[in-house]
Amino acid sequence: MLDFPRWKIASIIGVLLVGILLAVPSLIPETTAKRMGLGFAPRINFGLDLAGGSHILLEADTADVAKTRLSNMQDTVRTAMRKNTPAPIEIGDISTANNALSFFVRDPAQVDAAVDTARNLTQPVGTSGTRDWSVQVVDSTRIVMTQTQGGINQFIDQAMAGAVDIVRKRIDALGTKEPTIARQGADRILVEVPGVQDPTALKALIGKTAKLEFKLVDMNPDKAALASGQAPIGEQILRDERGQPVVVQRQAILTGGDLKSARQDYDQNGQPAVAISFNPKGARAFAETTQANVGKQFSMILDGQVLSSPVIQVPILDGNAIINGNFTAQSAQALAISLQSGSLPIALKTVEERTVGPGLGADSIHAGIIASAIAVAAVVVFMFVTYGRFGFYADLAVVINVFVILGLMALLNATLTLPGIAGFVLTIGTAVDANVLINERIREERRRGRNVVQAVELGYKEASRTIFEANMTHAITGLIMLILGSGPVKGFAVVLLFGIATSVFTAVIFTRMLVAIWLRRQRPQAIHI
Amino acid sequence: MRLLKIVPDNTNIGFVKLRGWAFGLTALLTVAAGVLVGVRGLNLGVDFVGGLSIEAKFHGPAPLDDIRTRIDRLGVGDAQLQLAGSPDTVTIRLPLPPVHDEGATNALVAKVQGALTPDNVILPFNQVDTVSGKVSEELIGKGIFAVVAAVFCIALFGIVRFEWQFGVATFISIFHDVLMTLGFFALTNFEFDLNIVAAVLTIIGYSINDKIVIDDRIRENLRKYRQMPLGELIDLSVNETLPRTVMTSLTILLALLSLLLFGGHVLRGFTAAMMLGVVVGTYSSIYVSSSLLISLGLDRSRFRQMAEAGDKKKAARARAERIGPKD
Repeated sequence: MLDFPRWKIASIIGVLLVGILLAVPSLIPETTAKRMGLGFAPRINFGLDLAGGSHILLEADTADVAKTRLSNMQDTVRTAMRKNTPAPIEIGDISTANNALSFFVRDPAQVDAAVDTARNLTQPVGTSGTRDWSVQVVDSTRIVMTQTQGGINQFIDQAMAGAVDIVRKRIDALGTKEPTIARQGADRILVEVPGVQDPTALKALIGKTAKLEFKLVDMNPDKAALASGQAPIGEQILRDERGQPVVVQRQAILTGGDLKSARQDYDQNGQPAVAISFNPKGARAFAETTQANVGKQFSMILDGQVLSSPVIQVPILDGNAIINGNFTAQSAQALAISLQSGSLPIALKTVEERTVGPGLGADSIHAGIIASAIAVAAVVVFMFVTYGRFGFYADLAVVINVFVILGLMALLNATLTLPGIAGFVLTIGTAVDANVLINERIREERRRGRNVVQAVELGYKEASRTIFEANMTHAITGLIMLILGSGPVKGFAVVLLFGIATSVFTAVIFTRMLVAIWLRRQRPQAIHI
Repeated sequence: MRLLKIVPDNTNIGFVKLRGWAFGLTALLTVAAGVLVGVRGLNLGVDFVGGLSIEAKFHGPAPLDDIRTRIDRLGVGDAQLQLAGSPDTVTIRLPLPPVHDEGATNALVAKVQGALTPDNVILPFNQVDTVSGKVSEELIGKGIFAVVAAVFCIALFGIVRFEWQFGVATFISIFHDVLMTLGFFALTNFEFDLNIVAAVLTIIGYSINDKIVIDDRIRENLRKYRQMPLGELIDLSVNETLPRTVMTSLTILLALLSLLLFGGHVLRGFTAAMMLGVVVGTYSSIYVSSSLLISLGLDRSRFRQMAEAGDKKKAARARAERIGPKD
């Protein structure tokens, strides 16, 4: 017991010193730390509930995927059959009922060629050997294309990877500090942005699909067809902001993919608008179409809604245009960013949002620091009046423990949340439990008449087993919280787990060293405990 | 200096003798807690039922009636108002708009913001939480799974490290602790949210910690006093560990009290749950768990064998010491 070699003492003190030093940068404000040349040192991150900010969970609209792919395939098949070499294949009676694309091949001699062409439009799914669409011939002249589940999943997977990039681009464009954008599971994206004052702008930005299309307007639509809600072949009915129907051609002149850049600007009336310029291919297409359609209208369509339908006054040859709609400066800015980053390959919607204002976060930090300080003070006094010198040793251990936990968290770049502060206070309470166990055991052994050294030795030895077992159960619940919990609860679990690890070290090994040094120096015949 | 002794030396309280009463009382309280949860239900937060929750701070005391009228006038569904810790802070709960996308929820928050502006609300809002029905269902599932997993893992730990009777006794008393905590929330109508699940898990961890300390002492005494009747032995063990049980509970309560008083309103429910858990956990360690061991009929022959095996080892070591070097 008294045998504590010098190297052991040195290494225990060394480990604790390193822990305390690691905590220091986190305790001084970031700017001060940088000025002192400590900018490189690891710091503890504050969670969103302390720093203020937004936590947004986005979910892909996977139900929509099959429908969108079906309608895209319909367009692709039409074009491919028409452009087929050596001879175009005439098809008809196209239907998308029952989630399958089916069409009729007019010339029975071309069925095999049509099947080949259709097969060429499908893609392999990973390395599984299957394809994303299955192509079958029914009744010898009808071709039915159905989507495979593997194909849908692959599409979602790729679309999500693309969506994460696009969401990141949009948030970066806002210039926010240290955002976290991470994919969660198959169809979710977690966005965490600290310190955002107004999450409304953020949400409007990241959730918008921003699919931009320019389409020619049918100036003389069939009134009867319009009344029945049935668009003429090759056309579709869209609505503008006021809900008025606009009949446009299905085929787009241009899409968001043809853009080179987009920025917020003002139109000739001084209203906020978005100025866009096309890439060379887009500029050429726009020039050709506007030349051929002077005097006609075209619609600017965003996510299926008509923003405006200007009349083509003169051909636009330079590839620049202004999108106007009913914008405010802010919404025009958001649209410009969305267009610049590209449209989302899959529609996203917010399923969970948590925003903490900066005021509440600052209040929480303040209250947390005060509560922790008072808790430490109360426990320190209580331990000292109960166990005297041994209580003082335990107190030293507790105070050092607080710093070591902070240091460890800084080193591992862990996040401190509000429940994490509660975890701290709880750890202060439970950390002394080890010393209570030891000290009570020493009291007991003294009552049984053992001498000082024996009593201390037995106290540490017998209590250690109990301490280990008791802490194991804490660790089990902590691990479960870490695995299953979300943000703030995880933060609580992290502090709890670090606290268990460090408190065993400080409360058992460190106090034992202090007691051993004291016993060796003083050789007391009686102890006050 | 005289040191403080909260529990006097060598107490000899007949805990086991009182266990009939204790069981009766425990059963009564547990049933009452169960009935409370069943009848009154828990005030589940948006985490678990979905919806929109806004915490708004006002300059001066919040005019609750005025806020209610203004929000009702918006026609956005039934609003629930609750003071959050202080008279100037209010939590407003609303159902989510039927069309659930950014536009709709953003518009709803903006509407509420507009309605409260004449009441001197401080903007931006302290806190805005939106949870969709799908996510809240997942969170409920996860929360229940976490608690069940924790209880089972720890009961398993008890069985592996100790005997099955210890595991079963622990399992029953933990069940009691969890139910009492839920009953407390049903009674006080405090909001039950994700953080409270963390509190419940911590209570489980703490409560077991307490039981393990006592079980450990019982096991030690089973080897030491091979002929002592079980009831007497459990009494002895509980009494021996009583100073520690009380000291630890008090230090933790002291630390938690500081958090309750000074830690801010966000953590208040969490801290209250934990304090109750410490009290209930301590009680169940002394009465439910250790006394249950008698009812479950602990098999003592194994401990006798273990103790004898230990004696043999000691004797062998003593013989070896006589010829070998001392350690």
